[in-house]
Amino acid sequence: MTLAIRSSNLVKTYRAKPPVEAVRGIDLEVEEGECFGVLGPNGAGKTTTIEILEGLLPATSGDVEILGLRWNRDAMAIREQIGISLQETRLADKVSVLETLTLFRSFYRDGIDPEAVMRSVSLEEKSRAWVKKLSGGQKQRLAVATALVGDPKLLFLDEPTTGLDPSSRRQLWDIIAGFREQGRTVLLTTHYMEEAERLCDRVAILDGGKVIALGTPPQLIAGLGAEHIVEFAIDSGVSDPPLAEHWNDLPAVTGSTYEDGSYRLSVSHPHLVIPALIDRLEGSGLRMASLTTRHASLDDVFVSLTGRQLEEPEGDHE
Amino acid sequence: MSEATPARLADRQHPLIALVNARLREFIREPAAIFWVYGFPLLMMVALGVAFRDRPVDQFTVVVQKGAGVEKLVDALQPDERFRVELYDQAESRRRLRTGKTDLVIVAQDGGSGGYDFYFDPTRPGSSLARSMANDVLQRAAGRDDVVASRIHETSEPGGRYIDFLVPGLLGMGLMGGGLWGLGFAIVDMRLRKLLKRYVATPMKRSHFLAALGISRLVFTIPEILVLLAFAHFFFGVVNHGSYLALGVLVVLGAFCFTGIGLLVGSRAETLETASGLMNLVMLPMWILSGIFFSVDRFPEAIQPIIMALPLTPVIDSMRQVMLEGVSLSALGMEIAIVAAWGAITFVLALRWFRWT
Ligand SMILES: Nc1ncnc2c1ncn2[C@@H]1O[C@H](COP(=O)(O)OP(=O)(O)OP(=O)(O)O)[C@@H](O)[C@H]1O
Ligand SMILES: [Mg+2]
Repeated sequence: MTLAIRSSNLVKTYRAKPPVEAVRGIDLEVEEGECFGVLGPNGAGKTTTIEILEGLLPATSGDVEILGLRWNRDAMAIREQIGISLQETRLADKVSVLETLTLFRSFYRDGIDPEAVMRSVSLEEKSRAWVKKLSGGQKQRLAVATALVGDPKLLFLDEPTTGLDPSSRRQLWDIIAGFREQGRTVLLTTHYMEEAERLCDRVAILDGGKVIALGTPPQLIAGLGAEHIVEFAIDSGVSDPPLAEHWNDLPAVTGSTYEDGSYRLSVSHPHLVIPALIDRLEGSGLRMASLTTRHASLDDVFVSLTGRQLEEPEGDHE
Repeated sequence: MSEATPARLADRQHPLIALVNARLREFIREPAAIFWVYGFPLLMMVALGVAFRDRPVDQFTVVVQKGAGVEKLVDALQPDERFRVELYDQAESRRRLRTGKTDLVIVAQDGGSGGYDFYFDPTRPGSSLARSMANDVLQRAAGRDDVVASRIHETSEPGGRYIDFLVPGLLGMGLMGGGLWGLGFAIVDMRLRKLLKRYVATPMKRSHFLAALGISRLVFTIPEILVLLAFAHFFFGVVNHGSYLALGVLVVLGAFCFTGIGLLVGSRAETLETASGLMNLVMLPMWILSGIFFSVDRFPEAIQPIIMALPLTPVIDSMRQVMLEGVSLSALGMEIAIVAAWGAITFVLALRWFRWT
């Protein structure tokens, strides 16, 4: 099996007062043809890591190999074969979509016809529109198109969907999934666990400059010991609701929390717990107001590893 | 993606051409930039050309201080159209002289029989001239005869006027402004947008990028210079007494020189404020010292070597020599060497220091 990306013991300390240890020993192996997600909260070191891999930032120490090549010897050869989208680039305002793609196409020896790339990201109607007239989602699709126009083997995307609405996000997911289906490699960073679960074959969860968990999303969730979450609320008007622990002895329950009138149970087998739960409520004379069950997510994994939420509560996207 | 076939070579523009194209497009889509590059030197030329247009007769304001016997004095000066004679009392006369409202104050002693006192400011050229002319007129009115006969031949040919002097200065100013504002700001803006970083993540050759900036500068410069020259020709009758080829060579060389300086100024700055501060720091001395508006000979001998070492001075000086005196390139070796050296050295330093990420 060939590795598209291999890094070992990657360290990056920014010179500042005091020095910032942004990356503290990261080992990654990304196989050819897989979509690999780097997941983590703000400041975890995602951008620092990806920019070292992209050859844009020198590492303090450690070793990087991209498609079997080294940045210090074969920089041009690597650049010919990768496509990147930075976390934050504002492309030239007064240049049209097609002109932008034509410019980026000119940099690569082999690439894709700019009009074809434009169609593949559904921007053909905006062909002549200036970049500054595009919506956020369209700009982001254009940014990804500039990464695709060199016909890369390996695609780096730093938070490609941050700040986008759900439909724009889904459009980008389709583009990324389409690229991966051609047997090519993607490395993307995100702090949306749903995005990682939907797109990625494997994810590394980063926190404080270190990999705190690595595996396929199902593996990581299975590591929780309970793959399902049951959430329910009881009728308001109950003056003295039972404590969260009241439900812990139900079958298959491994943990419980109570917040805002709603209980959240970690559960290994929902079909065992739900009938028992309904019996218990009837016996206590309580009425259920709502009931949902869902699969545990990477977010739950992050919470159980760090005790913190992964996604920021408010939409403060930088 | 599946319909996207790997492109044939013909689909790919040469990166240098693509980069130049992109720059040119951005420039022509930016009306404010066009105004500053093309409009500003033109406005300057119109304003200065009109303000300093050479009048056939210079008129001087002469104040005669009120008092006995001034009628004779006024009668002697009044008919001469070179003087505008005004009458004020002592205090007001002095005030007018002090504030520059008059060039000369004349006081008649004892009704003129005791002679005249002239009050003027010798540091003002007009003042001294007014004094000698008024003295002349008054002496003749009093009966003096010229000892030697003198004849006067006036000339005002194109080539010797202020506007003729000014136009090469404005050409130089345009080259400097275009190179610094046009490049420095564009580069810092691209750095702020992380566009430079995005470019160097592609296989783009960095030298192509910098060369494209220089080439597009040159392409903007040609119409800019032509517009200025055409305007000067049709509105002020300014002509080039030298060869257009020589002028063209100097323009290209000047543009190259200020491209290098502009690249260097933009090579590391990370904010627009830093960049504009640096640009002003670089341009201000040349604005003042390099002889855009008046001859550098007016500055003291001691700082002449410094003035001559500034890049704008030889750019303007050589263009002036070509346009006003028809000097050929071979006689301008020194100027050309200085300008070329500035361009080459700054270009190399810019390449070395350039901050891409
Ligand atoms: N140029 C720099 N100088 C000093 N510190 C830096 C620099 N860039 C990043 N850092 C710090 O390094 C740490 C990691 O930053 P990084 O940008 O890699 O995080 P991230 O995971 O990409 O976060 P986000 O989700 O907000 O993009 C942060 O604490 C950040 O403040
Ligand atoms: Mg980041």
